Amino acid sequence: MKNQFKNRKFAIGGMLILIALIFIARLFYLQIINTSFRLSAQNNVIRYVPQFPARGLIFDRNGKLVVHNEAAYDLMVIPSQLSEFDTLGLCNILATEKKEFIKSLKAARAYSPYIPSTIIKQINPETYAKLQERLYRFPGFYVHTRTLRKYSYNIASHLLGYVGEVNEKDIKRDPYYKLGDYIGKSGIEKSYETDLRGQKGVKMYLVDVHNRIKGPYQNERHDSDPIVGSNLTATFDADLQEYGEQLMLNKIGSIVAIEPATGEILSLVSAPSYKPSLLVGRVRSKNYLMLARDTLKPLFNRALMASYPPGSTFKTINGLIGLQERTLFPSTTYSCNMGYHSRGLTVGCHSHRSPLDLPSAVQISCNAYFCNVFRNILDSGKYTDIHESFDSWRNYLLSFGFGQKISLDLPNELKGFVPKSSYYDRYYGKKGWSSLTIISLAIGQGELGITPIQLANMTAAIANRGHYFSPHIMKEIAGGDDNTESFTKRHDTAIDSIYFNTIIRGMELAVNGQAGSGSTARIARLDSIIVCGKTGTAQNPHGEDHSIFIAFAPKDNPKIAIAVIVENGGFGARYAAPIASLMIEKYLKGKTKNKWVEDYILKTDLIHGKQEK
Amino acid sequence: MVSRRNNVFANLDWLVIVLYLVLISMGVINIFSAEYNETTKNFFDFSLRSGKQMIWISAALILALLLLIIDSRFYLYFATPLYVIMILALMAVLIVGVEINGAKSWFVIGPVRIQPSEFAKVVTGLMLAKYLSGPNIKLQKIKNLIISGVIIFMPAFIILLQPDTGSTLVYFAFIIVLYREGLPGILVAIGIALAILFIFTLLFDKLIIVASLIFLAFIIYFFLEKRKKYFLIGAGVFIISGILIWGVNKVVMDNKIDIYMSLLLTISFSSIIFIILSFAKKIKYIVLILAIMAGAIGFTYSVNYFFYNILEDHQQKRINVVLGIESDPLGSGYNVNQSKIAIGSGGFSGKGYLRGTQTKFNFVPEQSTDFIFCTVGEEWGFIGTTVLILIFVFLLLRLLVMAERQRTPFSRIYGYSVFSIFLFHFTINIGMTIGLVPVIGIPLPFISYGGSSLWAFTILLFIFLRLDASRSEFL
Repeated sequence: MKNQFKNRKFAIGGMLILIALIFIARLFYLQIINTSFRLSAQNNVIRYVPQFPARGLIFDRNGKLVVHNEAAYDLMVIPSQLSEFDTLGLCNILATEKKEFIKSLKAARAYSPYIPSTIIKQINPETYAKLQERLYRFPGFYVHTRTLRKYSYNIASHLLGYVGEVNEKDIKRDPYYKLGDYIGKSGIEKSYETDLRGQKGVKMYLVDVHNRIKGPYQNERHDSDPIVGSNLTATFDADLQEYGEQLMLNKIGSIVAIEPATGEILSLVSAPSYKPSLLVGRVRSKNYLMLARDTLKPLFNRALMASYPPGSTFKTINGLIGLQERTLFPSTTYSCNMGYHSRGLTVGCHSHRSPLDLPSAVQISCNAYFCNVFRNILDSGKYTDIHESFDSWRNYLLSFGFGQKISLDLPNELKGFVPKSSYYDRYYGKKGWSSLTIISLAIGQGELGITPIQLANMTAAIANRGHYFSPHIMKEIAGGDDNTESFTKRHDTAIDSIYFNTIIRGMELAVNGQAGSGSTARIARLDSIIVCGKTGTAQNPHGEDHSIFIAFAPKDNPKIAIAVIVENGGFGARYAAPIASLMIEKYLKGKTKNKWVEDYILKTDLIHGKQEK
Repeated sequence: MVSRRNNVFANLDWLVIVLYLVLISMGVINIFSAEYNETTKNFFDFSLRSGKQMIWISAALILALLLLIIDSRFYLYFATPLYVIMILALMAVLIVGVEINGAKSWFVIGPVRIQPSEFAKVVTGLMLAKYLSGPNIKLQKIKNLIISGVIIFMPAFIILLQPDTGSTLVYFAFIIVLYREGLPGILVAIGIALAILFIFTLLFDKLIIVASLIFLAFIIYFFLEKRKKYFLIGAGVFIISGILIWGVNKVVMDNKIDIYMSLLLTISFSSIIFIILSFAKKIKYIVLILAIMAGAIGFTYSVNYFFYNILEDHQQKRINVVLGIESDPLGSGYNVNQSKIAIGSGGFSGKGYLRGTQTKFNFVPEQSTDFIFCTVGEEWGFIGTTVLILIFVFLLLRLLVMAERQRTPFSRIYGYSVFSIFLFHFTINIGMTIGLVPVIGIPLPFISYGGSSLWAFTILLFIFLRLDASRSEFL
């Protein structure tokens, strides 16, 4: 009965057909008759232009500008937007080889037809001016501006680090980065990358077929402004750093200076070094290769990554441990007969007066004295066996920051090495070793690996009479809610502060003792400042001993703690001690008086033609 | 049991299933392209929409199979409970739902997001079929008509509260079902007339509208009235009233009455005379014509009110853009403009699969969902769009034929529901991408990205296929 409406199906079906016909007619118009849309599609190319913020500036501790920026221009290409163009003409403007240019164009196309690739990096402003006028002839190309690092002091390359293009790993780790972006690769630039880089912005433009920007896309609705990177004040002193680098010229080694009261790194020199400006801009990859191939390894940051036996500087620590363990007292005396002799084993010593008490033993750096000290610690009877006593000794070392990464914000630091008792078990068997087996540890030789920054930190801990603050390079970040808790955290060593004065007295004597009293580092003496120091001469399998010196000054309320290592420099007093002394003077007085020492150091060349012994 | 199941698959309309599979395949291929860029090369990457759509499709196919196994009488018997549950679910989503894209229309259970409004269409279709197939139900009866309206528009109204305008409008598709089942032709005619008047009201100045209506009334009267003398008298009355009003306005009112009001006054004044005349001379039609004209003028007022006071800004703009009143290629017309550019740039044979440029980089928003047709247009060209439209037409015509061959009103009405919903989505979705209808965010069946809509369309279709397969059982 309802089928009286059956014919309505024709109306309904007719409506469907009518709609379909209207659609097809409309599509015929849109897609075939009306060509304006086709043009429009080519015209309406949207271009995402990232807006790179300037990286944050870096100042030294006194507010001197060390790192700033200059503009550079990158030529970009979006391969899918390319049309026939005068390749030679463009190459002439850019002053590049046509073959190279076509090669990089191919690479860009292979990477992606849609995503912009950089064709020529860091065009200088003159070329840029020429290019800008003629860019309309080259659709698909455009220029974007970014900034490059520029150095007002061409120093501190290892501290500052360098900035380079992100690699695949960086992009994977943090999607903020796009191919061609820059990222801090080492040093401060790496540690404080997120502060220094700021925040990229993006501008979207509609671009016509002639490569001209027609205007902002959707009224800049989706645009974002770049946020300039935060400025950073570093803890180092640019003048001191520059001076340190001069002193270390033509030598291999490191200087690390720390402000004991804060852990702030005043200077960190790794020699041989390189000028930071070498690793900026178009020359970067070429120079990097050159530096990487250099047999002297200028890219290797010795201050953080090279580990040395600390040599006699380590006697201070063994003395302190002895005092704390109460197996040694300031007045304890041992005699020395050209060395330490026990069960057919001899640790040689130089000739000096004998017997000695503790301060004099530090002053004169008597090997025999500290062999006794070391063995008494390990064999005191307080511990059941050598393993227990050795590990207890080791814990003292750890409390000074050895065997671990010590800096808070310098990347690529190495841990150094402090053996465990099990280490010796592996070599000698569980029962196969005693305090005598490892006697060389008494004088800082043997299986110890200490980095220069750890050595400087140890010095700071002595200067502070028992505690240290983790070394760091960042003093302040503008507008940053710095996570400074770890910066001001005091680390106490396992030695009570009362025991330090004896050792410090010895260190004072080592530098300031009477002539002829056997002081090992009189060369480091300064007129108006009491420098406390300790020499070290580290035997090593690579030739002549390393010249090592640790010092802090002034004796009371110390302002600087320093460690100097000159590889293959012989006795500690030979190069390391005068360098440390000059650095201390420079830092505390602003200038140096002892010109002949300065000259002597500056003229020393341990690299080119071996120095006469 | 076993023999019946065999029957089901033997009687299935495999042609529809093939068309269904072709459409979902085209969908996933184009979804991949819409999202494609250099970094996403793997088609089966499940973090991509194309990969996810594959999962939705797999689930949809399992769902389809299940629906074919269920006894066809289930839908007749459970239409009412399902409808009640659906209404409750729609209300629940208003309270505990999660808001996505400004509409509180999603249930979120763990990783699964379900949009109940998508499924509401299916149940509404079943409920309407059940009600209209009941004994002694006639759409000519006001009561039955009203109940049908309630069944249709109750879910629509709840969905409007979410607010999801697009999904609400879909329920107007059921008017086609009502039409087939005997909705009085005059109502349909009035509906169409009002729709035209609605558009005209927005397009033209109200003075022109009123003048045209008056002119139209005279023409109708001219053809209806056999005694042309009365027509001339009527025209004379109107002109004289006009001059009178004009004179009074000029002399007494100091031109304070504008021309539009003058026209209204003239028609009111002359109307009184017309009515007196019609009673005196027994002229039919006059009162009716006057009433319709007055109604129409009133309607233009309410349209203006509705448009400017009820519709939101962006909805006004979308309608304006389609009607060509506003041109705002970077504002509200942006979608449509970019969509037209994308489709237009495809040309005759398209730019080739994955070679589109306009449909990349979010030139067209909602690329893989509501504006998926752009990708088809850009990459497959006129050939592609025409083929897709023809496939849809073929499917819809097939559904129409199937609906008509049903032996029970329930199956037929449900079949028409399926047909109408698909037709509405097809018309509105493609219409908006080519700039013929306002932008209403509803998906293109089987093609657009989205699990809920794909499942809902699959359920919609396969219930009908199940009913169709057992059409000989109901006798």
